[in-house]
Amino acid sequence: MQALLHQIFSGLANGGIYASIALALVMIYRSTHHVNFAQGEMAMFSTYIAWTLIQVGFPYWMAFALTLVFAFVSGVLIERIVVRPVEDKPILVVVIVFIGLLVIVNSIAGWLFDYTPKTFPSPFPDRPWYGSRYISAHELGMIVVTLCMLALIFTFFRFTPLGLAMRAAAQNPISSRLVGIRVGWMLAFGWGLAGVIGAVAGMMTAPIVYLDPNMMAGILLYGFAGALMGGIENPVGAAVGGFLVGVLENVAGAYVVGTELKLSVALAIIIAVLVVKPSGLFGKRLVTRV
Amino acid sequence: MALATPPATATPASSASPPGTRKSGTGLPPVAWRALATALLLVAACALPFAISNYLVFQLTLVIIYAIALLGLNILAGFNGQISLGHGAFFAVGAYTAAILLDKAGMPFWATIPIAAAICLVAGFLFGIPALRLEGHYLALATFSLAIVVPQLLKFRGLEHWTGGVQGLVIDRGDVPAGLPLNNDQWFYFVCLAIAVVMFVLGANLLRGRIGRAIVAIRDHPIAAASMGIDTARYKAMTFGISAMYTGIAGALSALLAQFVSPDSFSFFLSISLLVGAVVGGVASIWGAVFGAFFIVYVPNWADQLTKAAPWAIYGLVLLGFMYAMPQGLAGLMRLIGKRLARR
Repeated sequence: MQALLHQIFSGLANGGIYASIALALVMIYRSTHHVNFAQGEMAMFSTYIAWTLIQVGFPYWMAFALTLVFAFVSGVLIERIVVRPVEDKPILVVVIVFIGLLVIVNSIAGWLFDYTPKTFPSPFPDRPWYGSRYISAHELGMIVVTLCMLALIFTFFRFTPLGLAMRAAAQNPISSRLVGIRVGWMLAFGWGLAGVIGAVAGMMTAPIVYLDPNMMAGILLYGFAGALMGGIENPVGAAVGGFLVGVLENVAGAYVVGTELKLSVALAIIIAVLVVKPSGLFGKRLVTRV
Repeated sequence: MALATPPATATPASSASPPGTRKSGTGLPPVAWRALATALLLVAACALPFAISNYLVFQLTLVIIYAIALLGLNILAGFNGQISLGHGAFFAVGAYTAAILLDKAGMPFWATIPIAAAICLVAGFLFGIPALRLEGHYLALATFSLAIVVPQLLKFRGLEHWTGGVQGLVIDRGDVPAGLPLNNDQWFYFVCLAIAVVMFVLGANLLRGRIGRAIVAIRDHPIAAASMGIDTARYKAMTFGISAMYTGIAGALSALLAQFVSPDSFSFFLSISLLVGAVVGGVASIWGAVFGAFFIVYVPNWADQLTKAAPWAIYGLVLLGFMYAMPQGLAGLMRLIGKRLARR
């Protein structure tokens, strides 16, 4: 029982990461209907920036904040420079551009920072939380950070004019343009925000998995699974899906398939969702007009 | 070699017709020129291994193998419009099937290839059934996850008895049949060449016929295709299967060529390599597969010499460059050059 509880809690902690990545994917999917395959690599690169800043001597939270700024700016730049020209092209073109981006970011990170795994500090104390046997302080911190971020994002979209404008641009670009919203910039902001969410996820996960250029490949997969499970159009659903995937992955890894095949759980979830309920748990059905 | 031949043969086609007249006026019709070019290419491909070193023969064999795999991907992505980021998985299935049959069942190497093809056909067809309900990004996603998961499955300890686990399997494809005046590299080169020719002819015929038109119609307008009486679901799953079969055959040949398989040869980057090759060669083109194969065998070497650090970055930049500037790939470029020359 205790072991199971432990698995569930650390699943929730991982789930926080997956929820963040899922959220970042949903941000981009909602506005442009693109699945950003480079999301994980962008997060990984931002984490390297944070690592460099900490190496140079910045205090943790300072480096954290600066990294978020970097992630936002690079997200906006990537949207404007790389993605914009292919926005209306066939899906094959868009997917290939994202894959190209993935490969480029990955190898630039390997080139700048080499491929040896690096330790990344955790901002949280290194002991179990109040003597609890089920969860470490870092895991709890991860969950708290993720939930805070979700709350912030929700507040931003629900209560600020900019958030409203971004929602409008995603819902109905033509009408939004008519009422004076600069739709192009809203999309770019969406990318920036996705970059920020990814960067937080990267910095939270790096103390556990160690920092190396390929650290996000698996995590991206779980993020996809989470986003699909919750419904790829729905941010709250994506967050819930992310947590669910985290728990499922950990429990299945411990009791069903073994840790070696954990990634297959993601594949199984993705295929099961796509076959059984492609709109996800919270998504709306899409009807195509002929 | 093959890179240079098509434009070179396009030139006599235009110079044969006197300036001012239409090209159908004198000389052979374009179809005959194309046949002649193909024949010349084949003769060159047969003569070449006797003129170059064994290492180059090995590399050219690899080019032929990748060309088969890319043709499979082209049929799926280019002609049928289904994106696959996971063809490395089918390549791996083909390779492991051949290796296991050779190593554990002691089959002769030629017998493993049709079995690998059949297994990949079934695997692709089965994966194609859930994939039917997926379009565009969703399909890319599902195949992406397949590409990431397969290396992990190959390392799985439960299957170690068959797959050799992390170590992989060392296999021996045997000697040259007695009486042939070839060394082992040349012999296997001709085996691959023969299989490639058969597969390309089959593929071209498939795409030219009624089935091929249905495959393309599904890409261009699925709803119109369905209302014309094409069973979209069946054709899509079938195309997936055929595509996987091509890639699986290539995988089997690659295992036999290297005489070694290991999980790390089939990482996610293999799938990306195949995608790069297909895009660079030209997705909706049969010859594009050949150009693409030359690209993915030779360009990483050159990129390595250019910058030791980031050959993959160059791959990525080439991908982006082609998408922005030349979405039809090298085959499209060749077609354009051919047209320009013919017009003059």
